[in-house]
Order: sequence, then structure tokens, then C-alpha cells
Amino acid sequence: MKVLMKGNEALAEAAIRAGCKHFFGYPITPQTELAAYMSKRMPKIGGTYLQAESEVAAVNMVLGAAAAGVRAMTSSSSPGISLKSEGISYMAGSDLPALIINVQRGGPGLGGIQPSQADYWQATKATGHGDFQILVFAPSTVQEMVDLVSAAFDAADRWRMPAMILADGMLGQMMEPVTLPEEDGKPLPEKDWSASGHQGKREHHIINSLYLTPDKLEDLVVERYQRYEQVKAQEQRAEEYLCQDADLVVVAYGASARVARSAVNQAREQGIKAGLLRPVTLWPFPTGALQKAAGRAKAFLTVEMSMGQMVDDVKLAIDCRVPVHFFGRTGGIIPTPAEVLGEIEKLA
Amino acid sequence: MPIVFQKPHALTDAPLHYCPGCTHGIVHRLVAQAMDQLGIEGRTVGVASVGCSVMCYDYFACDMVQAPHGRAQAVATGLKRARPENLVFTYQGDGDLAAIGTAETVHAATRGENITVIFINNAIYGMTGGQMAPTSLPGQVTQTTPYGRDTDSAGYPVRVCELLSTLDGVAFAQRVTVDSVKNVNIARKAILKAFQNQLEGKGYSIVEVLSTCPTNWGLSPVESLQWLRENMLPYYPLGVYKDVDQGVKKGGGTL
Repeated sequence: MKVLMKGNEALAEAAIRAGCKHFFGYPITPQTELAAYMSKRMPKIGGTYLQAESEVAAVNMVLGAAAAGVRAMTSSSSPGISLKSEGISYMAGSDLPALIINVQRGGPGLGGIQPSQADYWQATKATGHGDFQILVFAPSTVQEMVDLVSAAFDAADRWRMPAMILADGMLGQMMEPVTLPEEDGKPLPEKDWSASGHQGKREHHIINSLYLTPDKLEDLVVERYQRYEQVKAQEQRAEEYLCQDADLVVVAYGASARVARSAVNQAREQGIKAGLLRPVTLWPFPTGALQKAAGRAKAFLTVEMSMGQMVDDVKLAIDCRVPVHFFGRTGGIIPTPAEVLGEIEKLA
Repeated sequence: MPIVFQKPHALTDAPLHYCPGCTHGIVHRLVAQAMDQLGIEGRTVGVASVGCSVMCYDYFACDMVQAPHGRAQAVATGLKRARPENLVFTYQGDGDLAAIGTAETVHAATRGENITVIFINNAIYGMTGGQMAPTSLPGQVTQTTPYGRDTDSAGYPVRVCELLSTLDGVAFAQRVTVDSVKNVNIARKAILKAFQNQLEGKGYSIVEVLSTCPTNWGLSPVESLQWLRENMLPYYPLGVYKDVDQGVKKGGGTL
């Protein structure tokens, strides 16, 4: 059965249905409805909704709950994610799975409250200090927001690392019909590493990111990066749309991919062979799909709601084998299909 | 031969790294004894904070989590909310609890989180080499107050028990010290009560332990205890600042 839901509320309900009973948040626009939804639902299912004193506290509550072995999450928007970066780094350094949702808005600083994709670099390259990665999923419909929440929790548990849903104010605020998954009641993965009390039956567990011996710390980081190689091999996701015969491949994710799809359709009506390659995972970046497309296309056009961040990864993924162009709007402005079509026409 | 004295079960065999004359060792023992006495080691999770005591995750035999600097009580909140059947305690120094972690401390307290907080106040940052702490005394010479703490520019020390005792969410707040056998016994009872309160679901309990830092105070262990008595006790009076069992209702008002 389809229901009409706002993106932010769909994220919340999907998380609950994925077995998340612990939400820690702090108010910020434009993710507000997510926390409000949690505050309404969690008490009814015996879960925890806690409004923390800060984003910093909220993410560290998530750290504690994740260390205890439960599925835990927090949500915020761009300036709040900067505050969460400390906790995200510590969770990565302690191999803790958790979900962080960023409903992006314009920046830097307090920026604005309109949709943006200017946190791509932050999400994929620098969510905190130190050598680490987190999983980053980029939905472009409300249905996909629902589907990726569950995928993100599963992947976070599988690889023991934090995961992020990188949405934006447009996806968070828009309403679309969605099919919600049934709660299957399947037990969640056993976390035999958790700090949940040893009950006198095992050695004590230590959840920790401090290693004062350089050799030991290097070994742990290297081990983590070996795991990342497996993640890259197994978790890349991308959607290809009309790419089969495309001369020009538009690369866009999230909200800008919706705009790009319209522009690609209009270009096709004019006889321009354009296609859309939409990364669904931003880390691991879908280099496999891009390399395949680079074998056929004559050029790429990256469309983002930023001054150009993902475009670097597109170039790296294909070793600059074909020209990679960029078009973006920023500050909370969503590019129009006509603008993107104009860029496609220039390159055709 | 009967055993008349031994290490608490809730302490591991790892050798402590603390300096001679530092009182962390005594407080660790009191915390471990409380776990032994209540039989809770197997369902207790401790939170180690950034500072000299960060490696207490190796010393306590219960499950342990290491928190970012200042965030111990937020981490403890997550641990406790996730598994309310477990006992959760934090072990924090003054820089962690009363400077970088002030917000986490005040809000865990005002929410009445059902956790136990062990607060080591030695009026200095130990691990980083003796800088001014939020609890450094007026006039106290530290690495970053080389001319003595000037209250005109560096402000005044924070009295944590007094501050937290004004919050309705706090069930128990007591300041103790461990400079003598008598005071160690008082501290032992306070720490035991702070865990007992959590078992009984009474809410946020904090024990502030006035402690020594001979290395960074530049004093011998014996001189350090004397310095604590002469300088810290007048500024930080010992005693119970809040106790819901003694006529003060949680949520305010008298019984």
C-alpha cells in the first residue's frame, strides 16, 4: 500500500522499521520533521527519543547506544553535521555502526535553509579528523530514502562503520507516495563485540579509539583500509538512465539528479544522445559504473547544487579519459531543467 | 592461610600507570569495591574520559567505553538508554567534566539520567602537563597561569557539587576526599551509595573526589595531601550537597 509521506518523516519511519529504537537529535531546519516524527513514534514503541543539549551531545549519545549494541541514529542539517564530526571520527575509530542523516542546506557558516549539496566533500572525504571513511548513501526520491535507510543500517552493521544518508532540504521537505517495508521481526545482527555487560561469561570488552603506540595504531588503520577495499568492491551503487548509446553522460545525485533527468529527457526529444548516471553511493563512489560509461561517452557533465565537489571524483574515477564539464548552482538554489538543458546543448 | 586482604575482582591485573602519590589508584579501588559489593560487575559499563584516567578502561574489569573529551555523560546517556538494565558510570577529571564537558554534565544532571558520575577534582590538567583547570584555585600557579590564577582575567573556580545541587534532576551529590583513612571510608560509602541509587532507579548521582596531582603541583606526595587540606578544603567544603533520601525530593521541594 502506498502512503503519501514527507521525505523527513519517511526517513524516520523507515529507520524505525529497520529496527532503530534509539534516536538522539537536536532541532535544525530543514530536518525538523524527522525529529518531530521520532518524538511522536518512539514512546509508542518503547523506543528512545531524546532531544540533546547540542549536536555534539546527540552524536555522542549515538556513540554510547551503538557501543551498547543497538541500532542508533541522529539527524541534522549541514551546520549541525560539522558539530557531529567529532563523534563520527570517534565512532569510525572505535568501529561502531550508526546512522547519521544530513538533510543538507546552503553553507558555509549558518548559510541558508534552502536545499544544497555543498557538503559532498565533508561527507565523503572529511567527516572528521584522521584516516577513515564512512558509508554515504544519496537518495533522490522519497521511496529511495525509505529503501536506503535500511540498506545503510545493514551495511553499517556488516562493515562496523558509521553510515550517512546525504539528503537535502528539497528531498526532506517534498511529499511523494511511498511503500514502506513491513517490519519482518527478523532479529538484528548479533553484536558480540558490544559493551553490554560481560555477565561474568567473557573478558571485558573495551570500545576505544586511543592507541598510544604508533605501530598498533598504524596496524589498526591499515586493517580498516583493507576492509574499505572490500566495501568498495561490494557496496558501489549507481543508476544508469539512457546511458547505453549516450554521447554525453550527465552525472548527478540526489535532488540535482531529478532535475538532470528532466533535462536529459528534453535533450533526447531534440535528438541529443544524452544519458544520466546517478551515483547512489557517494562513498564508495561508483567508479565501476563511471569507467564503463567512459568507454562509450564522448564527454561528461556533472551537475551539482554546489560550486563543484563531486566533479573531482568523476574525473578521478575515469582518469580524465574524456572531458568532464561542470554546471552547478549554490547557496540554496536548485538548478532548473532548462539551465541544465542549456549546458547539454552547448556540449552536444 | 585465610586471605584477609585482596584486590577487588572488578579491577584487572594491569599495572596502573599513575604517578606516585596520585589518588586515582585509591578511587579506582573504591569504585571496584562498590561493584564487588553490589555484585554488578557483569552488568556494569564504565565510561573512560580524556585525561590521566583515560586508560582506566584497562583497569576496570567491567565493559568499558572511551568517550571523546567532555562527552562521557552523553556517551553514558546513550549506553543507559540503550540498555537500562545495565549500570553505567563515568569516571571524569575536572577539565573533562567542568570545562569542555560542562554542557553534557549539566544536561545529563538536569535530565536526571540514572547514571553514576565519579568526578576527580585535582584543580589541574594532569595528562597534558599541568595547565589551569576550571577548578584551579585563585592564585594557583600552573603552566598556563605562571603568575597565579588571576581571577580578573581567568575567572573563578567552578564548584560542581554546589552548581549541580540546584538542579531538580539530581538525586545525590556529595564531595569527599581521600587524604586520610577516615575520609577514604567516607568516600567509599558515598561511591557505594551513588551506585546503589542507580540500582534503585533514583537518578543522577555524582561523587566529587578532591584529589592530588603531585607531579603537576610540583610537590611530594605528603606535601600534596597537605596542600589539598590547606587550599582545596576551604574552597571546596566536603559534604552532602543533595540527597533525595534526606528530605529533598527529586524535582524540587522538601519532603
